[in-house]
Amino acid sequence: MVWTRKHLLTMRELDASEIVLLVDTAASLQEIATREIKKVPALRGKTIVNLFYEPSTRTRTSFEIAGKWLSADVVNFSAGGSSTTKGESFIDTAKNIAAMSPDVVVVRHSSAGAAELLARTLPCSIVNAGDGAHEHPTQALLDLLTIREKKAHFDGLHVAIVGDITHSRVARSDIHAMRKLGMTVTVAGPPTLIPPFVQELGVKVSYRLEDAIRDVDVIMMLRLQHERMTNGLIPSLREYSRYWGLTLDKLAKHARPDVLIMHPGPVNRGIELSPEVADGPYSVILDQVAKGVAVRMGVLLLLAGSKGGAP
Amino acid sequence: MATPVPRFREKAQVLDEAALDRALTRIAHEILEKNGGASDLAFVGLRTRGVTLAHRLAARIAQIDGATLPVGTLDITLYRDDLGLRGAPVIRGTDIPFSIKNKTVILVDDVLFTGRTIRAALDAIIDLGRPKAIQLAILIDRGHREVPIRPDYVGKNLPTSRRESVAVRLREHDGEDRVVIEEPEEA
Repeated sequence: MVWTRKHLLTMRELDASEIVLLVDTAASLQEIATREIKKVPALRGKTIVNLFYEPSTRTRTSFEIAGKWLSADVVNFSAGGSSTTKGESFIDTAKNIAAMSPDVVVVRHSSAGAAELLARTLPCSIVNAGDGAHEHPTQALLDLLTIREKKAHFDGLHVAIVGDITHSRVARSDIHAMRKLGMTVTVAGPPTLIPPFVQELGVKVSYRLEDAIRDVDVIMMLRLQHERMTNGLIPSLREYSRYWGLTLDKLAKHARPDVLIMHPGPVNRGIELSPEVADGPYSVILDQVAKGVAVRMGVLLLLAGSKGGAP
Repeated sequence: MATPVPRFREKAQVLDEAALDRALTRIAHEILEKNGGASDLAFVGLRTRGVTLAHRLAARIAQIDGATLPVGTLDITLYRDDLGLRGAPVIRGTDIPFSIKNKTVILVDDVLFTGRTIRAALDAIIDLGRPKAIQLAILIDRGHREVPIRPDYVGKNLPTSRRESVAVRLREHDGEDRVVIEEPEEA
């Protein structure tokens, strides 16, 4: 299996062998984090621009660390305070970035399709680090790497994705990837937060947390996204937390004893996850973050390392 | 993207099973002789066949000296100077579960050719710590060096032409122990 793509834009467009190659590459790079000197020369002389139009802790930091551990030069371009309209400023910025001849641009934007737009506009490789409610492929990859390390395989696993499915790019990327790898996916949440026709992605739907978490191998709790929500989708945070918050009590009653609890972060403690669950023995949330660096190293290496640049 | 790989046919056998075995036994003795015993030695094999040879050398030293030496695995993909000239690299990972600090590291590979792989391996090892010394054990030295690198232990010196290829076949991977020279079929 050889990587041939220039960009990483969605999980939807990848086939199972490409996803497994990305996960395998990331797995083999994890060892670098344990070294005394956390640096390898693989991307020496390559320039990576982090272009983030939305706030981010984990994703931006881990892309930056990943690039630096691979010896690339990493530039962070934060467009948070821009006051021009989104479309104009984005294309304008993109052209300015292109003028600085980077090898990879990592982009996060609140509009779905932003990464693809850049891929069509710029000559360099584009990595989608989250585009609106569309996709977040590197998050799906680190979820997969975490799951495979704990469960040793993908095929036949059953995953429940719980919460605000409509606004979640993580859910979309996870669903595409997990279905391709032979996993069963159940999405669960209040009907207002489940997109219509979601079954067409090949998932089961549940409207009760207690049913959704029964007999699954992995529970992926999603963050309730206040910033993407218009009023009226849930009656109140308290009610949401009562019905959809995962507590030790609900886990003990309904879930399997070897279930993994995952969360893409940042956690709303006390809303979708009780603190005892977030910090508890089932939780692999910090494993996910640690895997994030390895996954992003793998992605950057496959994209920037495979082009025929001058040695 | 990938250039078509030319097909090779066998031209001559260089080592048979017994000769390969004798070469490894001799190298094991030479390692012990040069280092005055087995203390503070560690093997690092280059993926894939270097690792197998390193394990065999370690087993041979255990027979001779009784010492159990650690064997690590090195993947030099991230250190190559031709990354970007080939298709996307497949990385299989480095696994050296012991400290190489103040150890004499015996680097093991099957064939020494241009020396660029060993150059990359030296960088990779030094990034893991500061060994007391690094020595190089090679089963077949086929010449054509492009960098100033020479082996400390050689199974067999084998003059070859550049268009030929040397195939080291080992029981663990190929079901047989032997070394052959191959040449392109179109020739």
